[in-house]
Amino acid sequence: MKFKGRVWVVGDNINTDLILPNKAFYLTHEEQAQYVFHANRPGWAQSVRAGDILIGGRNFGMGSSRAAARSLKNLGLACLVAESLNGLFMRNCVNFAFPAVECTGVHAAFNEGEEATVNFETAEVNNTARSITLQGRPMPEQLMALVRAGGIYPLLEQEGLIAPKT
Amino acid sequence: MGMTIAEKILARKSGRSRVAPGDVVTVGVDTVILFDNNFLPTNWREIKHIADPSKIVVTFDHRVPAPTQQAAAAQVAGRAFVKQFGIQRFHDVGYNQGISHQLVADYGYALPGSVLLCSDSHTCSAGVFNCLARGVGGPDIIYAAIKGETWFRCGETVRYELTGVLPEAVTAKDAFLQIAGIYGDHATMNVEFGGSGVAGLSINARKTLTAMAAELSAEFATFEADAALVDWVSARNPAAFVPVLPDADAQYHAVRKVDLSILEPLVALPDSVVSNSQPVKVVAGTKIHQAYIGSCANGTQDDIELAAKIVKGRQVAAGVRFIVTPASQMVYRDTVASGAIGTLLAAGAMIAPPTCGACGGGHMGVLGPDEVCLTSTTRNFKGRMGDPSSQVYMASPATVAASALTGQITDPREFLSLH
Repeated sequence: MKFKGRVWVVGDNINTDLILPNKAFYLTHEEQAQYVFHANRPGWAQSVRAGDILIGGRNFGMGSSRAAARSLKNLGLACLVAESLNGLFMRNCVNFAFPAVECTGVHAAFNEGEEATVNFETAEVNNTARSITLQGRPMPEQLMALVRAGGIYPLLEQEGLIAPKT
Repeated sequence: MGMTIAEKILARKSGRSRVAPGDVVTVGVDTVILFDNNFLPTNWREIKHIADPSKIVVTFDHRVPAPTQQAAAAQVAGRAFVKQFGIQRFHDVGYNQGISHQLVADYGYALPGSVLLCSDSHTCSAGVFNCLARGVGGPDIIYAAIKGETWFRCGETVRYELTGVLPEAVTAKDAFLQIAGIYGDHATMNVEFGGSGVAGLSINARKTLTAMAAELSAEFATFEADAALVDWVSARNPAAFVPVLPDADAQYHAVRKVDLSILEPLVALPDSVVSNSQPVKVVAGTKIHQAYIGSCANGTQDDIELAAKIVKGRQVAAGVRFIVTPASQMVYRDTVASGAIGTLLAAGAMIAPPTCGACGGGHMGVLGPDEVCLTSTTRNFKGRMGDPSSQVYMASPATVAASALTGQITDPREFLSLH
């Protein structure tokens, strides 16, 4: 899985309440995506274009188990590259098949609006315009396979263990 | 080379002789807890098969009693699930209800050495019982319920050696704020608590430390087992268990000492729990609109009785809403019996039913524009408890109770010393 896109840059410790606030819990998944960063960057979600790439700092996704990764995916973001991912948030990236890469140095390597190329499997990240190449930490193969398969639900659907998506 | 508590349980449960940081292992899950949010129409996927219904626990806690039609619909779906699979350990709205992490303590659901999952991030709370417990995603919970297993990525472990005894009016919450203030997040790492200071901490106090480990972004938080812990579990659950001690030559990322006897009341300033702690005296005098005691971290009998001790014979300040939320119906009954609830009521507190409530901004004390709250709950993120312009300070139940009396952030030692 390879991605090329315009980047948005956020800082350290971006929490799940900022990505999926409580007030959006009862809305549809698509509507929830429109509330990403509603509290700290109102209007941002409406500026994102399909295929954009989000660059984060340390401990991205700290906080709750809510499906914050699903909102980032539904917003149309191609992938996330952060200095480090919160462990629970990383699980939900895998669960909802949202490609996320941990890569030291990525936050300083991009200004908002620049273009990134990201190879999810090898965790190589490039800022071509500035000739920067970074080597991130590839996700364990077992988890990458889950992302490629579309996450947990399609797997369980195929085995007839949960009801199909309505 | 030896292993930490987390590594030893991961090895035991995955059938390996050794597990080290970086390993991804598949383990059997002993307890899977579902709660009302799992059953919300936007989250729930109907399950066709359950690996073992006796390993499932269901409670309604985040939105209880149902404040909205969607929350009510989630409970309808949850009850249907319970009936379909014959779930015995069901904590419906009523006598046995409570916040999932408090129920684990009340009913002894977490056995030492076992693996427990719930899709609430504060599930690490159950690590107080010398087990591996962590919050996972909603899909992880459905998978674990169906397949009876899950995966974990093993991280390094930081060990905290606790020594000494907490001074009066200084609590485990202050010890947590000390750790979070100095060391910041522990992302990708486990936290292990031990040392001679553990004996002086009640199980409830220890549970504050493990619940708050979610705010350190820790993978697992574990306590060493001692006689008090073994007695607590055995009195509530007849099942056999084998506690897990770390190896003498276990490899730690760091071993850090915390002398409980020299701690003072601390406050986390708004918008971040970690790297944001200050002594109460630094922000003393800050006016508050709401004082809140509750949540999986600080809604225990100890917490409510400590608050009652501080407000006994006094009145909540005009213009302050003092909301106290017992973490379970059992805690509620016990604190009614002990007289603590009566004392709080007489002082002007409002007692809310057991629920996660306003901790997550759900209901029962949500904040309006520009309001200031001092809370003993788990998080103070921007907008967490309500309007994005509200400010949430976090402290111990003692500091919250003292501040409710004065209407401003106040050192609880001013009140306790008078009793």
